[in-house]
Amino acid sequence: MAALTEYFTMGGYAGYVWASYGVTAILLLGMLIASQRLLRRNQAVHELLAPADLDKNKDGTVEEKT
Amino acid sequence: MNGFLLILRRDLRLAQRQGMDSIMAVMFFVIAVVLFPFGVGPEPNILARIAAGVIWVSALMSSMLSLERLFQTDFEDGSLELLTLSPITLEIAVLAKIVGHWLTTGLPLIIAAPLLGVLLNMPLDGFPMLIAALALGTPSLSLIGAVGAALILGSRRGGVLLSLLILPLYIPVLIFGVSAVDAVIGGFDAKPQLLIMGGFLLAALPLCPWAASAAVRQAVE
Amino acid sequence: MSMIFHRFANPTRFLRLAAVVQPWMAGLTIVLGGVGLYLGLLGSPADYQQGESVRIMYVHVPAAWMAMFVYTGMAVSAAVGLIWKHPLADLIAKSSAPIGACFTFLALFTGALWGKPMWGAWWVWDARLTSMLVLFFLYLGYMALIEAFDDPSRGIKASSILVLVGVVNIPIIKFSVDWWNTLHQPASVLKMGGPSIDPSMLWPLLLMAVAFTTYYFWVLLVRVRAEIIANRVRVLRLKQVHG
Repeated sequence: MAALTEYFTMGGYAGYVWASYGVTAILLLGMLIASQRLLRRNQAVHELLAPADLDKNKDGTVEEKT
Repeated sequence: MNGFLLILRRDLRLAQRQGMDSIMAVMFFVIAVVLFPFGVGPEPNILARIAAGVIWVSALMSSMLSLERLFQTDFEDGSLELLTLSPITLEIAVLAKIVGHWLTTGLPLIIAAPLLGVLLNMPLDGFPMLIAALALGTPSLSLIGAVGAALILGSRRGGVLLSLLILPLYIPVLIFGVSAVDAVIGGFDAKPQLLIMGGFLLAALPLCPWAASAAVRQAVE
Repeated sequence: MSMIFHRFANPTRFLRLAAVVQPWMAGLTIVLGGVGLYLGLLGSPADYQQGESVRIMYVHVPAAWMAMFVYTGMAVSAAVGLIWKHPLADLIAKSSAPIGACFTFLALFTGALWGKPMWGAWWVWDARLTSMLVLFFLYLGYMALIEAFDDPSRGIKASSILVLVGVVNIPIIKFSVDWWNTLHQPASVLKMGGPSIDPSMLWPLLLMAVAFTTYYFWVLLVRVRAEIIANRVRVLRLKQVHG
């Protein structure tokens, strides 16, 4: 138990180290989540306007499965 | 060459009729510099230490304020589009406009700078180098600024956006410009700084009109 | 090579490819990041001089590398977009910017947190930090310019020029700041991690760097997909209005 607490104190640098990792995690996670929300929102709007149309090209031809 | 002079003369005539642009650039330059003693206190030693930097930063800001109008008025009334269609090479025309900008903005700043040096208690040794460095640096500021001015054509928030785009790009000129003056004041040779600034200018002379023209073409498309 | 290039110029095909590749990027990020974090936080020793604070290096340095890598990628994409008019190139640049700005901010922030115990100051105007700060402004300028136009395609084209101007400037800025910094540098010499880095420290560093890279591709794919669909939506809406 003492070893665990000692680990978390990071030799006195706890604030700096954990703040660094923490902010990194928060920002990177946040960017990921925000991006996925953006994608999902756009997909939803697209669904409303033209359901299941994403396999079609602009000119209406259907893309072959590669 | 003919086209170049044509555009240059036209821009200078327009600026002359306007009149206020050069005066306002200088006025802003002076006011910005004058703010600093109010900010940091009037103690002569401190002012002398920061004089070169303050003058240069204020020169940067002043140069930038007048840039927005480099292409804007021509863009709005359609003459910029005509310029792209004219037989004059767009890059040459852009260069002419940049020279016009420097003559109406950069040159007055250079003339006003010694006065501001006196206000900030700058050591006398620095005065000639200040003028030389500004003479070498302000053309680069006009060149780089023109690229920014062309990029923001038709945008929603031109002026402030222009500052955000251009100021980071001004930093090298600022660094070496101030360094040249401080070097001479400290008794050192400023030749390396001047050579580097000369290098910036020589590189900017072909590249900036090229980039600005590309941006202008995009804007009038 | 150009075959692949042109093959995926088609946004629809790209959408399908992206959907396939994305989970792999996600998986790699999680696995490599997990191992990297384990090694960085637990499986590697503290530094002789810096103690445990050296562990910040495992997020700070990869973030800084990514900040530069992403901007370079944006510049390449912008060039491709301007020269060959590849339809996806501009979207890749636009989608990369927020991610790169995020990495730049993290590099600055973790750098400050590392600097305080190491040098005793939250911020020092050393060449690296200063250059990274300027890079941050370049990212912000790019993002501001893209959003400044009513016509989104105009914004993207203008920003492509801007990013190329910026990339030309980066070595100039780096050189200038280095010069400026050596003129003004305080007596102490700043060193990171010692003369040569020990393998026990190198591994977590490299793993985190690769994990950050796969993370970038992961989020990039998500954002580019979102952009392609947004374009589709715009076209569909125009069709609705104009019949």
